[in-house]
Amino acid sequence: MIATCPECAAEISLPADTLESEIISCPECGAELEVISLTPPTLALAPEVEEDWGE
Amino acid sequence: MTRVSIVGASGYVGGELLRLLLWHPEVTVVQATSGRNAGRYLYQVHPNLRGRTSLQFVHPDKLEPCDLLFLALPHGEAARAMQRYTGLAERIIDCSADFRLSDPAAYKRWYGEDHPAPEWLGRFVYGLPEVSREALRGAKYASGVGCNATASNLALLPLVRAGLIDTSKPVLIEVKVGSSEGGASSTDSSHHPERAGAVRSFAPVGHRHTAEIEQVTGLSTPHLSITSVELVRGALATAHAFAVRPIADKDLWQAYRGFAKEQPFVRLVKERQGIYRYPEPKILAGSNFADLGFALDPESGRIVSICAIDNLMKGAAGSAVQCMNLMLGFEETLGLEFPGLHPV
Ligand SMILES: NC(=O)c1ccc[n+]([C@@H]2O[C@H](COP(=O)([O-])OP(=O)(O)OC[C@H]3O[C@@H](n4cnc5c(N)ncnc54)[C@H](OP(=O)(O)O)[C@@H]3O)[C@@H](O)[C@H]2O)c1
Ligand SMILES: [Zn+2]
Repeated sequence: MIATCPECAAEISLPADTLESEIISCPECGAELEVISLTPPTLALAPEVEEDWGE
Repeated sequence: MTRVSIVGASGYVGGELLRLLLWHPEVTVVQATSGRNAGRYLYQVHPNLRGRTSLQFVHPDKLEPCDLLFLALPHGEAARAMQRYTGLAERIIDCSADFRLSDPAAYKRWYGEDHPAPEWLGRFVYGLPEVSREALRGAKYASGVGCNATASNLALLPLVRAGLIDTSKPVLIEVKVGSSEGGASSTDSSHHPERAGAVRSFAPVGHRHTAEIEQVTGLSTPHLSITSVELVRGALATAHAFAVRPIADKDLWQAYRGFAKEQPFVRLVKERQGIYRYPEPKILAGSNFADLGFALDPESGRIVSICAIDNLMKGAAGSAVQCMNLMLGFEETLGLEFPGLHPV
């Protein structure tokens, strides 16, 4: 299964046993991604911790 | 084994060349020169080399023929003595600024004097494998690179190659640099009580590396400012350019990825989480990697492109050894795989 990273457009191959709502990391940009559907394989950015220093 | 010697081996670039070449599987270091340290063991000047070699510095007048000479001399010294050096070795890699610019007029404009050996300018290949890889293969003469120029060039090249920069708007580059850029000799302003903790604007305009950025990127007037910060090794270039058309992060990913995939020492760093989300020179100390990152302000179209390097490695000795590997037909990455330290 191939899905596209919504952040950097990398093609990510998902293992066959991937489940819906699983969280994965993009191998290219490191974004945390949620598998929002398997038909077709679709990824969305997962909520993340913001960096707060240097304000 | 290829026999190499280093002229100016007691300096910081010379020391870094020694560290790389003494561990390189295809070369033997035969001579290392220093006028002021002739007769002393290498480790007495570069303590990290203790126990690795029993070589002693020789006076530059005692230099003997070898296969390849590295020159790591103060500005102007290589150009003045090129006749002598080319008589001693078939191949030369000169780390100074003497042979970086192909145009003698640009040299005069930025260095304030006529080039001492203009007939040699066209014979040197610009020593940044990321821009002259094919010309370096088998070449006899390679120049060095400017450390600030290299951080700036690598920050800009992905955008230039993808045609994403609006050249009618200014391109500005701020480079933050460590103290080893100044070389091993000290001045009043490098005295520890003065230098420690300082954030010093030392070249807000007029830095000579601007010429190398023009030559490599083809941009007509990149605006360069240099600030020295509390680092020993490291340079961080932050370049600001405006996009020529409306773009999204994905376009930038494509441009940077396209550039990085051809370059064994360029890595992309743009993380949404983690400790170092953008390139950080601190964790590149001793490594030949150039880390690239970027950010886009979609409102204004401003692209911020960031490149971190170790000035003594990708910015000097590391690129020089990478050039040597190409010139001699070795694996390009040979002897340069060290990834840096963490934590450090
Ligand atoms: N530092 C950096 O980050 C950096 C980065 C990129 C490029 N570079 C370039 O690399 C070159 C070396 O820089 P560095 O920082 O290593 O300088 P450095 O620490 O000042 O070292 C200069 C070396 O040259 C030798 N030397 C001086 N005059 C000489 C002469 N007339 N003939 C033979 N040897 C002579 C010195 O030793 P003795 O006086 O004992 O002989 C010393 O070994 C410079 O051209 C610089 O622009 C430096
Ligand atoms: Zn991604």
